[in-house]
Amino acid sequence: MTYLAKSPWIVHYNGSSCNGCDIEILAALTPVFDVERFGIINTGNPKHADILLVTGSVNSQNREPLKNVYDQIPDPKVVVAIGICATSGGIFRECYNVYGGTDTTIPVDVYVPGCAARPESIIDGVVKALGILEEKRKKIQEKAGEPLKAGGAV
Amino acid sequence: MIPEYLMPVVTAILYIVLAPLLGGLICGIDRKVTARMQGRVGPPILQPFYDVAKLFEKENPVVTVAQNAYVLSYLVFMAVAGALFFAGNDMLLVIFAFTLSHIFLVLGAYSSYSPYSHVGAERELLQIIAYEPMIILTAVGMYMVTKSFFVSAIATSGIPIIFYLPGVFIGYLMVLTIKLRKSPFDLSTSHHAHQEIVKGVTTDFAGPNLAKIEIAHWYEYVFLLGVIWLFFAWSPLIAIVVIVVAYFVEILIDNTFARVKWQLMLRSSWIIAGMLGLVNLGVLYYLKLVVPS
Repeated sequence: MTYLAKSPWIVHYNGSSCNGCDIEILAALTPVFDVERFGIINTGNPKHADILLVTGSVNSQNREPLKNVYDQIPDPKVVVAIGICATSGGIFRECYNVYGGTDTTIPVDVYVPGCAARPESIIDGVVKALGILEEKRKKIQEKAGEPLKAGGAV
Repeated sequence: MIPEYLMPVVTAILYIVLAPLLGGLICGIDRKVTARMQGRVGPPILQPFYDVAKLFEKENPVVTVAQNAYVLSYLVFMAVAGALFFAGNDMLLVIFAFTLSHIFLVLGAYSSYSPYSHVGAERELLQIIAYEPMIILTAVGMYMVTKSFFVSAIATSGIPIIFYLPGVFIGYLMVLTIKLRKSPFDLSTSHHAHQEIVKGVTTDFAGPNLAKIEIAHWYEYVFLLGVIWLFFAWSPLIAIVVIVVAYFVEILIDNTFARVKWQLMLRSSWIIAGMLGLVNLGVLYYLKLVVPS
């Protein structure tokens, strides 16, 4: 039995977003969508989070903070890139200071394109991420189980 | 039947086993009622249990190994404080164990290097300074009425303590807001999706450590509501009604007030403790002089 899917906590990192996607993420917390129904909480602290939502493209200024936030999330964790800028760099991808989408810096599990991404598609993306989260947990568990098995064989 | 001398042990064990279940349930109902007040559907009642179960499934990244010890001490001393209380032990001893457990939480937050964690720890200390006088006054007031610091004696005295200590009771409700981490006094850390200075005192705790802090908080819930019980111990039915109403009012206050600055929290809680608590005790002392029982 796993409880990860029942209580996914989110941390939101705004790379260089225009705030369009950020507003839509916050809209998902309002009474209309109310994601807390599914136990989803916007924590604001990477150490408490399971899912990292990234909005906006990655540029030379926010690359290190983004890596830092990602590294602080305890395993198992997933990354959801929200909006076309976080997915591929969007209209900013040709800019001199822009690296591109989130996947140029950290591994991304789910892409939610759109400008801005709709709250429905953001929730859909998070639900997809829950499946990946569970897979990752199983992998970590299997890895942790390996040395025990080896010891048993000897 | 269980012999008389074993009863404290039985109640203490019952508390240690059942308090997390009851506390988690109260927390779940709290979240549901809060959501309804905000026009939302809200999470399932069992959501706090899912959260804690999930946190135990996560990795445990610690900044310093000392954190593990501090968090465990926080949980253990909180359980001990509540167990002593429900075993009918000395009220002062209970309060000291209760305060000590929070000191461990503060030490845990100070042992990491995050400035957010440090700010949270400072604010937790300020909260302890703010609520401690009123908690002590509650114990002293109960002693003045029942002539005993022992919870068992206070609970079985049959005296309607609330009529002697109305001011102390209101003061206690005031510090209960601080203790339950509710707005306007949720400075060091808060519940639900509230955010303040990242996550205050719990910033650098993750996974299983955070789960332990949450369980300790469930123990705290039951202990704090148990103190309300003492005011109404002569009539269990009224006691239960008052506990439910008091908790509902706390949720209402949580949802209608913004967070205040620490200066206002400290000032107002000390003024309330002085005005209502000390004056209540003074009047009680005067009446005892005038009308010898």
